[in-house]
Amino acid sequence: MRRSLTLIAAAATLGLTLAGCGGSGQAPADSAAPASEATGEVGVFTWWADGSEKAGLDALVDVFKADYPGLTFDNLAVAGGAGSQAKSVLAAQLKAGTPPDSFQAHAGAELQDYIDADQLEDLTGFYAENKLTDQFPKDLVDRLTVDGKIYSVPSNIHRSNVVWANVEVLKKAGVDPNKPADSLEGWFADMDKIKASGKTPLAVAGTWTQTQLFENVLLSSLGVDGYNGLWDGQTDWKGADVTKAIEAYKKTLSYTNSDRDSLSDWAPATQLVEDGAAAYNLMGDWAEAKFAQDGKKAGSDYSYFPMPGTAGVFNFLADSFTLPVGAPNPAGAKAWLSTIGSAEGQTAFNKVKGSIPANTTAKTDDFSDYQKSAIKDFSQDKIVSSLAHGAAVPVAWLNELSTAVSKFGGDGNVAALQDAAAATAEKFAK
Amino acid sequence: MLRRVKHWGPGLLLLAPTIILVGVFVYWLIIENFRVSLTNQHTAKPSNKYVGFENYTNLLADPNFQHSLWNLLILTIVFLGGTLIFGFLWAWMLDKPAKGEGFFRAVYLFPMSVSFIASGVVWRWLLSSLQTDQPGGERTTGLNRLLDSVGLGFMQNDWWSNPTWGIAAIAVPAIWQLSGYVMALFLAGFRGIPEELREAARIDGCSEWKLYRHVIFPQLNPVMLSAVIIIGHMSLKLFDLIRAIVPDANTYDVQVPATMMWVKYIGSDYADAAAIGMILLVLVALVVVPYLMYTSRAEKR
Repeated sequence: MRRSLTLIAAAATLGLTLAGCGGSGQAPADSAAPASEATGEVGVFTWWADGSEKAGLDALVDVFKADYPGLTFDNLAVAGGAGSQAKSVLAAQLKAGTPPDSFQAHAGAELQDYIDADQLEDLTGFYAENKLTDQFPKDLVDRLTVDGKIYSVPSNIHRSNVVWANVEVLKKAGVDPNKPADSLEGWFADMDKIKASGKTPLAVAGTWTQTQLFENVLLSSLGVDGYNGLWDGQTDWKGADVTKAIEAYKKTLSYTNSDRDSLSDWAPATQLVEDGAAAYNLMGDWAEAKFAQDGKKAGSDYSYFPMPGTAGVFNFLADSFTLPVGAPNPAGAKAWLSTIGSAEGQTAFNKVKGSIPANTTAKTDDFSDYQKSAIKDFSQDKIVSSLAHGAAVPVAWLNELSTAVSKFGGDGNVAALQDAAAATAEKFAK
Repeated sequence: MLRRVKHWGPGLLLLAPTIILVGVFVYWLIIENFRVSLTNQHTAKPSNKYVGFENYTNLLADPNFQHSLWNLLILTIVFLGGTLIFGFLWAWMLDKPAKGEGFFRAVYLFPMSVSFIASGVVWRWLLSSLQTDQPGGERTTGLNRLLDSVGLGFMQNDWWSNPTWGIAAIAVPAIWQLSGYVMALFLAGFRGIPEELREAARIDGCSEWKLYRHVIFPQLNPVMLSAVIIIGHMSLKLFDLIRAIVPDANTYDVQVPATMMWVKYIGSDYADAAAIGMILLVLVALVVVPYLMYTSRAEKR
């Protein structure tokens, strides 16, 4: 009896060891197969797991199913932390050489990490086949192009420099909701009035929302060229104008709720504005989808305006989808990408998610007023890339800067934040 | 020869699965981790250039990492002190023939059966930093609200949002959760002391304090050491509780090496993350290895 148990144990071990070695030897699938003949499952990796984001994804999947009845959509969404949880899962899969068929990534510098790691297929040919280059705005295509090649298909465009306000709270404090401040100084004056009325002037949440606030104060204070220069080395982080901008950020923080780090994500901060506990919340325009979902009316319940001092500037971020090297079903992935790039797919998805379509031929007649205004702004404003969402700098740079911003929330040491930001920029800037 | 194989063969075969699994999934991975920590793999792009101990020297010179080590020290001291004090007090009270001992033992032990993640979600709410006298104070929840409603409003504080002592607030739920365990250890220690010894001491005219000081405490030393080792190494590795209480992993006030390793890993800085992992391993080894040596020597004796 004992002998046979030993044998079983030994056999089990051997089996485990063999299974451990087996996984990596998959044959590369033929990436030249046309999308229209694709069959099987398409595994798509996102961090759109609940709320308006999941609703948007579901709408997109419906279009996909209608376009390609032969394919099955496999939802590989991972929830949590504005994508940070998902990114760690994805990083592990990519390292192990078992990528999904397509995954979500912020367009811009964040994509650069994957490109550098040779983890993405070049989609330039796909763009030409589907005539996508003419359908997307040039500004956007330029930001997606690396060394003349395009690696992802954008699904939507968001704007990060939007302030959401509670109309009722503003009126009670004697601030005209129809005449938002056009400079930081004017905004501070308004917030002083709100503070005097006993409400929290500005709602903000944990580290990444503070970084988002920081980037927009920088943008407002330094202007478009000054802000862009921070990321390409043209602006000196140690300069006096940056000191002034950080001082302004310090003043902005003094108007915020003291429990900012306790709020679990952006939505509780926006909720404070919805509930009338706070007057303003600076948040990307996914907040629009939240207001709409909760049945609030623009104009009477809430209002929105560009971050004071950034009118005429569109602080941009975009989600995009990729074709990873070694995808199990590349033809299916291309089918998915063509649905995302298509006018129909973009209309269905963005209407629900509250963002604006990247594809300029998408129908937007029944979009909300906010979305229509954002579409108009995107076509005529100056475009800059968002820091907090990985459009402006690679993730490692963003992480270090976020740590410094988080530290600043505690000690308020202007010189320390400036030194840390300058040191980080020096380390990563090319 | 065959006889010898028959002697140790079956035993080895029986142990082989464990040896192989532990060898691959623990020791080989430690070695692999160490290898990565010596490279310049700071981005997602594969790069395997050997840089020696540069990552370690850079990390140890980094004020953010020093701050996380300092936080770890505060956390460990408060966590250890709190669990030892409460664990000992409870064990001491239950050691006296008290009514309902079984009930209270269960009550004190119970928090240990909850996972850090589950309790962390509740403690996030309990340790909310908003205070009633701050703007927006009407939204105050958790402990601050409780303190205010029982007339102890002056004791409200910002818990883990305090830039200097915030990390000590993280120790509060940890103490709540593990004091019962330390109590169980001490209770076993108390029970292991034969009644005859106490009687003999009392007959010799020992006061109650002297009885504890000279008879009971010396015999509790091994228990105390076990408690320090177990709680100490848990504190050094503490990650899930912080992650559950603090919504954003990259929150400077409560950064410890384990959470910093996570932030680095998310940012694809594999080399730095691996180096932090090695430093943590060494820190834990400094606590555990002497203890293992001590116990194995004690067993031989």
